Amino acid sequence: MRMTGGQMVCKSLIREGVEVIFGLPGGAILPLYQTLPEFPELRHILVRHEQGAAHAADGYARVTGRPGVAWATSGPGATNLVTGIATAQMDSVPMVVITGQVARAAIGSDAFQESDTTGITLPITKHNYLVMHAADIPRIIQEAFHVASTGRPGPVLVDIPKDVFVEEAEYEYPEHVDLPGYKPTLDGHPNQIRKAAKLIDAAQRPVILAGHGVIISHAYDELMELAERVQIPVVTTLLGISSFPDDHVLCVGMPGMHGMAYASLAIDEADLLIALGMRFDDRITGDTSAFAPGSKKIHVDIDPSEIGKNVPVDVPIVGDLKRVMIELNKRVSSATHVEWVQRIEELKREHPSMQIRDTDQLLPQYIIQQLCDATSGKAIIVTGVGQHQMWAAQHYTYTEPCSLVSSGGSGSMGYEVPGAMGAQVGRPDRVVWSIAGDGGFQMTMCELATLAENKIPVKFAIMNNGYLGMVRQWQEIFYDKSYVATGYSGNPDFVKLAEAFGIFGARVTDKSQVMPTILKAMEYDGPALIDFVVEQEENVYPMIPSGMTVHDMIEEPRPAKVPR
Amino acid sequence: MTTNGEVKHTITALVADKPGVLNRVSSMFRRRGYNIASLAVGHSEIEDLSRMTFVVEGDEGIVEQVTKNLHKLVDVIKVFDVSDANCVSRELALIRVRANVQNRSEIMQMVDIFRAHIVDVAPESIIIEVTGDEDKVDSLQNLLRSFGVLEVMRTGTIAMSRGVESQSDHRIPDGSRPRMESGL
Repeated sequence: MRMTGGQMVCKSLIREGVEVIFGLPGGAILPLYQTLPEFPELRHILVRHEQGAAHAADGYARVTGRPGVAWATSGPGATNLVTGIATAQMDSVPMVVITGQVARAAIGSDAFQESDTTGITLPITKHNYLVMHAADIPRIIQEAFHVASTGRPGPVLVDIPKDVFVEEAEYEYPEHVDLPGYKPTLDGHPNQIRKAAKLIDAAQRPVILAGHGVIISHAYDELMELAERVQIPVVTTLLGISSFPDDHVLCVGMPGMHGMAYASLAIDEADLLIALGMRFDDRITGDTSAFAPGSKKIHVDIDPSEIGKNVPVDVPIVGDLKRVMIELNKRVSSATHVEWVQRIEELKREHPSMQIRDTDQLLPQYIIQQLCDATSGKAIIVTGVGQHQMWAAQHYTYTEPCSLVSSGGSGSMGYEVPGAMGAQVGRPDRVVWSIAGDGGFQMTMCELATLAENKIPVKFAIMNNGYLGMVRQWQEIFYDKSYVATGYSGNPDFVKLAEAFGIFGARVTDKSQVMPTILKAMEYDGPALIDFVVEQEENVYPMIPSGMTVHDMIEEPRPAKVPR
Repeated sequence: MTTNGEVKHTITALVADKPGVLNRVSSMFRRRGYNIASLAVGHSEIEDLSRMTFVVEGDEGIVEQVTKNLHKLVDVIKVFDVSDANCVSRELALIRVRANVQNRSEIMQMVDIFRAHIVDVAPESIIIEVTGDEDKVDSLQNLLRSFGVLEVMRTGTIAMSRGVESQSDHRIPDGSRPRMESGL
C-alpha cells in the first residue's frame, strides 16, 4: 500500500502495540502530527516541555515494561529531550523517540531549527537512526522497537527529515528483524550456571544483591524461590527496590552511600555475593578495592560489558536473568544458613538505621511512613533526586513488584513530575504518589498543566525544605556549613500554584495534619499536591562518603557544632 | 610490543558499511577513555561490510572492555582480538626524506635493505614507500632521521590471522545463523 512517511510512522507504531505518545509539535515534525487524526488508536498527550515527554515515556516504560514513545520537533525540541534520553539510557529503560529533522536538502546547512540530533544523542542512546527514505520507515521503526526492548533495554532515537514525512512510498512491514550485529545472549552458559550453583551450595554467608534487572526480566518468582529455598538474605539496589518485598523476613534493604547500615554490613561480612541484574554502581560499592572483600562473586547480567567493569567476579553469567535463574534454581540445594540469618537479624538490631527520631518537628521520613500506611505499601512511588529520593527508598515499605520509579544512574532532578505522569498513564489501575523535592519539582512543574488537562490523577508530596537538600547536606558535612547557592528563599506558594493549575492543593506544617491531608488528596478525583513544609536541615543517614568504605559510614548525626 | 609499559593489542571488527559507523566506533572509544594507537578502515570481501583494524593500548581488562563495547554497537557485526593469534600485520608508510645527489645512493641502499621503494624523486627530496609490521616501519623511519625526515604518512596497522580459517566463516549476514559473539 502506498502512503506517506508520516502515515507509515503511525501505522508502524500501531503495529508495535503503541497506545500512547508523549510529545510536542513544531515545524519539522508537523507533517507527522497532521496525520495523527487518521489514527485514533494512538493517544497523544501534549506536554508543556519536551523534557517532560521524554521522562513521561520513561516512567510509562518502567511500569509497563513496554517501550515508551516520545515525539519532538527538530533543533530545540530534540535537544530538550536529551536529559530524558540520557536518564533512560543510564537506567536501561526501553524508549523509542521520534524527532523531526529539517528537510533532507537542508541538512548540514545550519538551517532554522536544525541540530545534529543523531550526533548529539549517539552516546546516550542504545542506537539511533537518521531516515533518508520513507520506504525505510517500517523497517527502521521495527528495528527501533526490537533494539529498545530486547537484551539490555534502552532508548532508540529515530530522526526523520520533514520531507521524508510527506514522501510517498510502498508500505511494507518486514516479517522479522534482520540485524546481524545485534543478537543478545539470553541463555546463560550451562557450565557457568553449574559453577555458580556449586559456589552457592558451598557458601556459609551468602547475600543476594538484586538490581533493576530482576524487575526488567520479571524474575520476581525466581528470586523469591532462590532466597527462600536456600535462605539467602536479599539486599536491593535503589532500582532493585520492589524486586523483593520489603516486608519479607529475608529482605535486608538497600546498601551503599545512603543505604541501611545492616545491608552494607551484610555485604561486608558475606562470603558469597550473588549479584543479579545490577552493575556495581559507585553508589553501591564506594571504594571498590574494599567492597565485599571476603566474598566470592557471582554476577549475572545480560550486558557482557558490565561483567568485570567495576568489580572483578569469580563466576560471570551473561544472559536473561529470568532464564538464568530458572536454570540456577534447578541446580542449587536447599539450605538453612541459620547462623548467618541470625547474624543478619543481629546486625539489624545493632544498627537500626531506619528509626525516626521522636520529635514534634515535621520530618520527611515520618511523612513517607505515613504515606506508606495510607497506601498499605502498594502505591507506585515516583521520586526526584536527592534527600527525598533516599528517604523514599528507605522509609516506604514496598510490597508490590515494580513500585519505585526513580532516576538512579543519571540522577535527573525534575523526573518527579513527568515521570509520575508517565507511570500513571501506564498503570491507571494503581495509585501513583510522586515524592518530590521543592528543587526538582520546580524544574518540570509546567507538566501540572498536562496532568490537569488530561485528568491524570497523580498525587504529589513535596518535601519542601527550601533547600537543594542533598547538596546542602554535603555543604554541611564537607564544607563546614557554607551554604553556597543551595537555599531557595523565593519558593512559590505551591498551594496557590496548584490552584492556578486547577488541581487540589494543601499545605501541611504540623505532624497531626499529615495523615488527614494525605487521605484528602487521595479522595480527590484528580491530580493533587501537598506542600509539606518540613524540617529544613534534616540529613539523610546513614552516609558513606563518596569513594569510602562501609567502615567510614556515618550512622548517626554528628554532635552539633558550636555556633560560629 | 610495549610502550610505556602498556601492551598493544590488535583488534579487528567487521562492521556495516554505512554513514556514521566510524563515528559510532570512535565515539565509544572517546567516551570510555580508551586509547587507539592506530585505526585502519576499508572494504571487506563482503558487500556492504567494512573491516576495521584497531591497535589499542591498555591492559587485558581494558582490551576486554573495548571488545565488549564494540560488540554492543548494533552496526558492529563481529569482533576479533587477534593479538595472541598467529597473524600477519602490515602497515604502509610514505616517508619524504631530504636527499641530494651526494647522499641519494646511501639512502637507496637502506631502502633496499628494508625492501622498500622510492616512489618519487625531486631535486631536494625523495619519497619512500615501505610496507611491513609496525616495528619495521619504525626502524626505517628512525634510520632515515639523520638525513632529515620531512613528512611521514602511515596507514595504521591492518591484520589478518594466518592459515585457512577465515574470519567470515560464521557471520555472513543472512540473519539466520546465531552469532553469539555479536553480544548486545
